[in-house]
Amino acid sequence: MSEIVVNAVSKTWGGVGGVNRISFKADAGTLLVLLGPSGCGKSTTLRLIAGLEEVDSGTITIGGRDVTHLSPAQRNISMVFQSYALFPHLNVAENIIFGLRVRGVGRAERDARLRKVADIVGLSHLLERKPSQLSGGQRQRVALGRAIIAEAPVCLMDEPLSNLDAKLRHEMRTEIRSLQQRLGMTMVYVTHDQTEAMTMADRVILMRDGHIEQNGAPHELYNEPASDFTARFIGTPPMNIISWEAGAVLGIRPEHISLVENGGVPATVKAVEYLGADSIILCDVKGETVSVRQTGYCDLPTGAQVALGWQNRHIHLFDRDSGKRRAGSHLPHRGFPLNERQ
Amino acid sequence: MVSAVMSAAEPRAVRRRAWLTNANAWLLLLPAVVLLATFTHYPILATLYHSFFSLSRGGASEFVGLENYTYMLEDDVFWQVLRNNIVFAIATVPTSIALALLMAVWVDKKMAGRSFLRLAFFTPTVLPMIAVANIWLFFYTPNYGLLDQFLKSLGFAGHNWLGDPSTVMSCLAAMVVWKEAGFFMIFYLAALQTIPPELKEAAEVEGASRWYFFRRVTLPLLMPTTLFISINALINSFKLVDQLVIMTKGGPNNASSLLLYYIYEVAFTFQDTAFAATLTVTLIAILAAVALTKFVYLDRRIHYQ
Repeated sequence: MSEIVVNAVSKTWGGVGGVNRISFKADAGTLLVLLGPSGCGKSTTLRLIAGLEEVDSGTITIGGRDVTHLSPAQRNISMVFQSYALFPHLNVAENIIFGLRVRGVGRAERDARLRKVADIVGLSHLLERKPSQLSGGQRQRVALGRAIIAEAPVCLMDEPLSNLDAKLRHEMRTEIRSLQQRLGMTMVYVTHDQTEAMTMADRVILMRDGHIEQNGAPHELYNEPASDFTARFIGTPPMNIISWEAGAVLGIRPEHISLVENGGVPATVKAVEYLGADSIILCDVKGETVSVRQTGYCDLPTGAQVALGWQNRHIHLFDRDSGKRRAGSHLPHRGFPLNERQ
Repeated sequence: MVSAVMSAAEPRAVRRRAWLTNANAWLLLLPAVVLLATFTHYPILATLYHSFFSLSRGGASEFVGLENYTYMLEDDVFWQVLRNNIVFAIATVPTSIALALLMAVWVDKKMAGRSFLRLAFFTPTVLPMIAVANIWLFFYTPNYGLLDQFLKSLGFAGHNWLGDPSTVMSCLAAMVVWKEAGFFMIFYLAALQTIPPELKEAAEVEGASRWYFFRRVTLPLLMPTTLFISINALINSFKLVDQLVIMTKGGPNNASSLLLYYIYEVAFTFQDTAFAATLTVTLIAILAAVALTKFVYLDRRIHYQ
């Protein structure tokens, strides 16, 4: 099987950027997402797996085979680039079969495989077109076709959807995911979009400044963020982080806060964002902004005085200095923790 | 009544505005039109006109029809310089293009001293042809020239490189390639840098060798540049004759004379302006035909981004 194991891999450019001793494993046939803000090292990690960059130290194995010092072609992978990297002078068909040509696959087999792949990615009627005559979504499909025609067990994707508009991005997300599952590929997918990560991944690795911040299933990252960084990165709007007792900050998801009649934390409404199914109420609590998710339409005027409440089981506590999650984040008391601070 | 007047006035206003727009456009074009007409279009037409007339030494020139052209076709020197020019073009154009591409690919790589190398390759372009001709004249000088001194140190005899009809053309071609290749390299270098690096990476992932990538991706993507350069190189091979004035004066026995130099000789040494006009028309016709076939035929087979 073709699982990918990255073991204590480091790469820097004269001490700048890159990744620092990262280790993780992508199980065979699963989709692993490398997530993080720009400059966190996620693309570097992908390029190291692809062999487009040489590791400084550490090892990479694919399907149990040590590929650390092999060329990209020897690693038996396919790759989709952010810019698609289509050959502008070749038409769609020639772009897709480029790799087969290189490897000297016979004409009959080439044609058969092209027909199959063109059918899968829905390009059968556009095979004669040049990339410049295609829309962004169609170019994306050509890149996808070129990646899957190789029938490589591992497919690497570097922000493949970042150049598409929102609607198309949603479509392609579903399509790539179902393609990955249907063909049983091991896929490593780089993105900075947490929605993409949450919806597509079997496992998400959140990276920051060249190290792994958290490695887990999407629901683990959402429900048990290992640090306040994860908490802030995952979810729209992100988790509210409020100052708490000495040495700690408190995190709570907007959907876990409600407006209460009596008791609760006094707050002032700053703005309301209406999203259709729900509204995000941005409140000011002692100089800190707290967002509250409420179902349906909310007509609170700016400046209205409200009270916020939540249940203790929804609270996350993080260390103020290290940002790490504190063990047993649940509080001993019931009720409204911010009240007790007053 | 009122509406009829209005509708009659309206088209007049529109017409007036259109006329003003046209006048404005023509006024803006005027400086360029005057310069082009005076120094390009009129001389071409005048040359064409004179090529159908006899030489007017003092007296009036007469219309002689195609007589000048018949004379040209019977002129042995014309055929020799034309042959020389074709040989010269075949020797210099592909060589300088190939060399330019080679140098561009080399200095496009990331390596130490890249800027210095680029500068070195480009330097011959900056020098005036007159200066280059003088430098190379010294290289080729019999016995104490650079080339002969080098050959003598290896035990060979000296040779009159520019005085021998069998070597003079090669010597001039080598010098022109040296002068031109660096200039064409700049165009190739610019074109190479517009090729996105991901294409190379995508090909690398697919297992394409460097040579395969160069042949199947780089070269086709460079074709627009190659077409541009080859037309320029070809025109230059007919246009650049400064070196002949310095080095050979077309000799020995017209062995190194080119069409344009022959025109210069006919016009200013022999003072035969009518025949010079005839030769000039022929030269322009050749160049126009070459450029036209290239653009019409090759453009369809080239990918433009």
